[in-house]
Amino acid sequence: MGNPNKVKAERGFMRWVDDRFPATQMWQDHMAKYYAPKNFNFWYFFGSLALLMLVNQILTGVWLTMSYNPSAEGAFASVEYIMRDVEWGWLIRYMHSTGATAFFAVVYLHMFRGLLYGSYKAPRELVWIFGMAIYLALMAEAFMGYLLPWGQMSYWGAQVIISLFSAIPVIGPDLTQWIRGDFLISGITLNRFFALHVVALPIVILALVVLHIIALHEVGSNNPDGIDIKKKKDESGKPLDGIPFHPYYTVKDLVGVAVFLFVFCVVIFYFPEGGGYFLEKPNFQPADPLTTPDHIAPVWYFTPFYAILRAITFSLFGLDAKFLGVIFMGAAIAVLFVLPWLDRSPVRSMRYKGWMSKVMLTLFAISFLILGVLGVLPVTEGRTLLSQVCTVIYFAFFLLMPFYTRLEKTKPVPERVTG
Amino acid sequence: MKKQLFALLFALVPVTAMAAPAADVPYSMEPDLHDKASLQNGMKLYVNYCMGCHSLEHQRFARAAEDLDMPQDLVEENLIFSPELGFNDQMHIAMNEEDGATWFGVAPPDLTLESRVRSPSWIYSYLLSFYKDPSTGTGVNNAVFPLVAMPNVLEPLQGVQEKVCAATDKPVEGAELDPLTGKYQSCETLQVTQPGEMEPEEFEAAVYDLTNFLAYAGEPSKLQAQSLGPKVLIFIFIFGVISYLLKREYWRDVH
Repeated sequence: MGNPNKVKAERGFMRWVDDRFPATQMWQDHMAKYYAPKNFNFWYFFGSLALLMLVNQILTGVWLTMSYNPSAEGAFASVEYIMRDVEWGWLIRYMHSTGATAFFAVVYLHMFRGLLYGSYKAPRELVWIFGMAIYLALMAEAFMGYLLPWGQMSYWGAQVIISLFSAIPVIGPDLTQWIRGDFLISGITLNRFFALHVVALPIVILALVVLHIIALHEVGSNNPDGIDIKKKKDESGKPLDGIPFHPYYTVKDLVGVAVFLFVFCVVIFYFPEGGGYFLEKPNFQPADPLTTPDHIAPVWYFTPFYAILRAITFSLFGLDAKFLGVIFMGAAIAVLFVLPWLDRSPVRSMRYKGWMSKVMLTLFAISFLILGVLGVLPVTEGRTLLSQVCTVIYFAFFLLMPFYTRLEKTKPVPERVTG
Repeated sequence: MKKQLFALLFALVPVTAMAAPAADVPYSMEPDLHDKASLQNGMKLYVNYCMGCHSLEHQRFARAAEDLDMPQDLVEENLIFSPELGFNDQMHIAMNEEDGATWFGVAPPDLTLESRVRSPSWIYSYLLSFYKDPSTGTGVNNAVFPLVAMPNVLEPLQGVQEKVCAATDKPVEGAELDPLTGKYQSCETLQVTQPGEMEPEEFEAAVYDLTNFLAYAGEPSKLQAQSLGPKVLIFIFIFGVISYLLKREYWRDVH
């Protein structure tokens, strides 16, 4: 029975399963005999933490759905009902709202790891692209989720972001109306965002995560030295610098999980509002289409891109500033997809790249953080100028990459991992 | 490994270190949810002075009774005035929004989440900052919320407060600190000119209790969070130590 080439349990129940489903084979391929480089450092915790947060969001989300009422009349009150009348509802809700912040935090750190060690370079282009697709889907998921509490910032934040589509020439106004399903954001918009947030996008994200991991396990994990551990194998064909993911990295990741959960729980129990950055103050007021809050700012994980949008204050080539801003914001994310083909360096890791790559990555990271801060602040002339400078650096990091990665002198890459 | 863990911890700490933005109000007030007497008094003041106009749509009497250690019969006798409301009901009011809007120009808002929309310090400062101003419809104005439609309902307790030119211990916006006296000289100083039922200190304490109650009502789960939090953190800490030892044991043979 079954494929004789597959690894199977000797006897017993698992043998019965293995004859019908490649359980043992899969366990070995992805855990027990998946050889990961032994020199993973701090930056390699964030992949497993992102997975943990995905599970957290899905589980808490399912339980929130049980008591949430997706209607314009009932949404706000149902969130307070969850916070007060549902057993442990407050904890589930804060796990979900803090989870969104934590998810983006670990995803950003995970992505930065990719930039640092060239994890996007051949043969891992598809790992990177699937990852970027997850990031994109996650942004849509978070944006739609933020409308659901139906507070003032939910409403006006969505209003600002959806109205961006109206800047698109010709089809803009009709497109915005099609997205909202109404002439303004209404219960209809809330209902469709609810459907997308709890059904459609989670399915997409889960599927993409599976693709991300299958693609990763096909080519193997990169490492801080950016070298290929499969080139040096022992007599039995195991990479000399590789160790089985399980148990070595499962136990190591558990320690990372503990440290992460400690900080995560400190926020949940003591700072669930995150000083107004995770749960914004105006969102404790029910949505009111007639009263605009004094200051509309997106949640922190969107602010770098929001700052890029606002940095474009001029018209160009007959395109007005608003539309141009939307293009730049879109391009800021789109450019990440083609990153594998922008990096022409012969080496992967920043450890062996030249000084130009190091300077550019540092400037890029600093500009991204500055843009993130500027995105929550009201606009002033000085801030606009600063955001324009940072936007230029952001794009220069990517668009000049084909040149500086080829021009610079790289260091020799060692044969074996250095730890 | 230790270095990596510390790095992980420090990478995550900025998230918790983000302090709440300082509210731009004259007084600051730190709620104390463990002071049950203060919360009870605050609730009593709320139902007597505020609940005529301001509902607490999401706060149940029963939940407050449980959290603030008040027996059901006492709550029913002393805190529930409307025959339409029962012990398990939320703190609704009889006045509807349209009437409120007609009478005051704007419907008195529900205050369940006011402490989270503004801040406890804001509410505290606001309630202490009414002053006599004959130019307004209500005869009073407010230094924290200029031209607010609400009359000073606590006036019988506080007395009449007026703007005077004087030195004061309390920081006043726009006034400079005199380094010799340690006081502020300002013509924006608020002073009680006709005494009410309470001495100024008594009144401040009452407003503290009222604000404390609103801070509680904004997030009753905070009490649960504060009692559960340490237990969860200790559990995770022990889990972390054990998983670290486990990791060290497994990694002994990796060179």
